[in-house]
Amino acid sequence: MTEEQRLEEFQRKIDSGEKIEPKDWMPESYRKNLIRMISQHAHSEIVGMLPEGNWITRAPSLRRKLILLAKIQDEAGHGLYLYSAAETLGASREELLENLHTGKAKYSSIFNYPTLTWADIGAIGWLVDGAAMVNQVSLIKTSYGPYSRAMVRICKEEAFHNRQGYEIIAELCNGTPEQKQMAQDALDRWWWPAIQMFGPEDTKSTHFEESMKWKIKAESNESLRQKFINMTVPQAEARGLKIPDPNLVFYPETKTYTYGEVDWNEFFNVIQGNGPMNKQRVRARKKAHDDGKWVREAATAYAKKKSKQSAA
Amino acid sequence: MINDTQWNLWEVFVQLKTGKPHEHVGSVHASDKEMALQNARDVYARRDKPVSIWVVPSDNIVATIPQDNEAFFDPADDKVYRHPLFYKIPKGVSVDIH
Ligand SMILES: [Fe+2]
Ligand SMILES: [Fe+2]
Repeated sequence: MTEEQRLEEFQRKIDSGEKIEPKDWMPESYRKNLIRMISQHAHSEIVGMLPEGNWITRAPSLRRKLILLAKIQDEAGHGLYLYSAAETLGASREELLENLHTGKAKYSSIFNYPTLTWADIGAIGWLVDGAAMVNQVSLIKTSYGPYSRAMVRICKEEAFHNRQGYEIIAELCNGTPEQKQMAQDALDRWWWPAIQMFGPEDTKSTHFEESMKWKIKAESNESLRQKFINMTVPQAEARGLKIPDPNLVFYPETKTYTYGEVDWNEFFNVIQGNGPMNKQRVRARKKAHDDGKWVREAATAYAKKKSKQSAA
Repeated sequence: MINDTQWNLWEVFVQLKTGKPHEHVGSVHASDKEMALQNARDVYARRDKPVSIWVVPSDNIVATIPQDNEAFFDPADDKVYRHPLFYKIPKGVSVDIH
């Protein structure tokens, strides 16, 4: 088969809804694009554990502490499903981690904001996991088999994350005026970063065209963002909370909210490393990695010794 | 001197219920087989309680190559006499088991 025929066959499979599997022929830029996207996704799950980890020892009850621990453990699991999917494309785990630690690879900008109060843990589950869920449900339709299967697995678990967050917010809203104010303050700080999670409106780039024609992504950033807003605004209103966007208008004919201008300067500034917590996040991640080095070495030495013994 | 690695890759297969087959769910990294099983449990069985997990070193898996599928699997569909409807059964009898 010529390169051209292969590409045609590849496109035919994608158009007919077949999934691409690891050993299938694929264009180099499909592979590269996916490794970049899946590993960014994996890094986001792993770095995403840090802002919430901040509150494990200060959770207001044992019930909340157990829930938060389980939720953060899930995020570690999500990271591992995704690294595993990226590895089916030929990326190595060592290299993926190296790229995160040197800052070569990016992760979701939202995790560069601090968790100042307990209400932030509610806002993260409600808004950040809510936004992640909208994105991930759509990604089940991605053309790459292992990525799609990882999304199915993740989506099953995200529903709990989202609900526990909304429950925290609802509890605070039923509490004292100070507690309700805490919930409002968290919403005020997390709303726009959550909106930005979907990324800027897709520009007509080859990158974007490829990812749509090869169904790497199933939906545009803009349409996912709209879905999230339509879903979340009524949830805020039901608790008597106010979304910090004066331009939010509901159109009953389309059941859609229009919204104000997103500050993309802030978004790019944070992505480039200038958010309030970028340095702490990467430092914490690197420290955990470096502190675990002796464990990795000891386990390797132990495995070697044991296999020698069983060979003898 | 030992290199700082993420250990070997193992493929994970989970059986969720008796009577069901083991199904491939993904992979883990581990230094030996015990750790591979423990990691597989922690990563792929945090909720459901499987009845069994298999782990296999990834490089021990032998797989067909998709590019060869045509030739490799082709013989399967040109033997129509492998299918029951190829045969004519005289009227008046039933050979199906109900
Ligand atoms: Fe997650
Ligand atoms: Fe989550």
